[in-house]
Amino acid sequence: MDFSNFQAPGMYPYHASSSSKQAEKSYVDHPIMGPHNSSFTLMPEAPSKHTKYPYVTGTSVLGVKYKDGVLLASDTAASYGSTVRYKSVQRLKAVGKTTALGASGEISDFQAINELLDQLITNDYMWDDGNNLGPVEIHNYLNRLMYGRRNKFDPLWNSLVLGGVKNGQQYLGVVTMIGVHYVDDHVATGFGNHLARPIFRDEWRADMTHEEAVALLEKCMLVLFYRDRSAINKFQIANVTEAGVHISEPYALQTNWSYKAFENPTAGAVGSW
Amino acid sequence: MFRNQYDTDVTTWSPAGRLHQVEYAMEAVKQGSAAIGLRSKTHVVLATVNKASSELSSYQKKLFKIDNHIGIAMAGLTADGRVLSRYMRSECVTHNFVYESPLPVGRLVVQVADKAQVCTQRSWKRPYGVGLLVAGLDETGPHLYQNCPSGNYFEFHAFAIGSRSQAAKTYLERKFESFMDCSKVELVRHALHAVKESLQEEELSSANCGVAIVGIGEPFVILDSKSLQAYIDSLEEGKNDQAAKLEVEEEGNAAVIERQDISGGAGVGVGAEGEGPTDMET
Repeated sequence: MDFSNFQAPGMYPYHASSSSKQAEKSYVDHPIMGPHNSSFTLMPEAPSKHTKYPYVTGTSVLGVKYKDGVLLASDTAASYGSTVRYKSVQRLKAVGKTTALGASGEISDFQAINELLDQLITNDYMWDDGNNLGPVEIHNYLNRLMYGRRNKFDPLWNSLVLGGVKNGQQYLGVVTMIGVHYVDDHVATGFGNHLARPIFRDEWRADMTHEEAVALLEKCMLVLFYRDRSAINKFQIANVTEAGVHISEPYALQTNWSYKAFENPTAGAVGSW
Repeated sequence: MFRNQYDTDVTTWSPAGRLHQVEYAMEAVKQGSAAIGLRSKTHVVLATVNKASSELSSYQKKLFKIDNHIGIAMAGLTADGRVLSRYMRSECVTHNFVYESPLPVGRLVVQVADKAQVCTQRSWKRPYGVGLLVAGLDETGPHLYQNCPSGNYFEFHAFAIGSRSQAAKTYLERKFESFMDCSKVELVRHALHAVKESLQEEELSSANCGVAIVGIGEPFVILDSKSLQAYIDSLEEGKNDQAAKLEVEEEGNAAVIERQDISGGAGVGVGAEGEGPTDMET
């Protein structure tokens, strides 16, 4: 189950189990006292370490292997509940010279993961001994990280796609917020699992050229733009080959809203009113 | 040799700028029986002189497997060596758990060295009294390192530590340039010749030496006495390549080995065996 598309319920957190007397909305930013006390105090208590929902989220990330490497794709939107709040968020990142990471879900958690990975890569780089962390190592490290946080009931609310090339071998994997991890030839997070992967299953081939793989990704991203309300028409693609990681500038795709199926969308939905 | 005033504490410098306690720890390594290491482009071989403290006892274990791709030979206080090898194994296992890949041997060596250095800078500790020869693989190929009680580490093509290691080193210095292209069998033979130099008068047999090998695609393994004896026997036969028939898992190397003519050894008749005052060291 992929929770990265969980929509935040609103700005003021209040407990579902509280009675109306207790549910006094606090109009300040500091955390209110525990659920059994209706007065609030100026003393800030320790931050909650029991994550319940994400606030600013990114939608699907797609990944495919192709002949010379791996491609990752995502749009540049970050939503705040049902609002598409930020439209220039880069959700793809290079990790060292061999790996690219894409994240959906809570953007602040993605930023925290980036901080950790930067430290990891810097330490690795400073060894300067001819060894370096490749996609296998990063994937497993992230798995340990996500699973560890899940065990503390304080998950990093992300689904991560990890693609890389090392010693000529392509690697593509996923880690979810509860620590589920796997590798595959083509992967997706969130809505991408429902909308893009069936297309991958039909059309992906191991010997695709770069152009063919990009075309396949663009086809899927277009479908996601049409059908996923959190998606926007502004995409980036990360290309990982033996030579390194390259993330494209954001670009848009041509859309067509005059499909017959869009004209009268409820035509097939028979109802009693 | 007994420097009175400045050698009680590891945290006391002498006026000459030395830490005598650290040097004494390195002396303990020199008193232990020899350990030898050498490497080629594809393999690293470790060999040890096994000394039993009496005829009734068995010899001290000096070869330890740390992981599939790393192993060590120790000289000095083997008790300290066991503690270090437990640490090394734990580090390898942890690294594997987090990264799903083997810990590069060079990085493990530095971790051990840093651990040893701590003991040279705490007044309530003492330096480890063991020297390690660490054989292992990483992405750049096979490597051989030495870890000292001082916290230093060095990389070698070939090296020997422990008592009468100089004889072995002399042999290695003569031959090391050819090691890089040696096959596994040739490398083991060189190691056994080096051990022979350290043994001097004694006959080389599987009872008084040990050999371990690690290579690209070959996990670290300590040879059992049968395989070891077969290698030793093949030293005598020299000209024919007996080795191809020795190891069951051997890939079969058709190269002809040049006959090694070992003179009676650089050493003179041995009286005292150069043992330390205690029987802790092996």
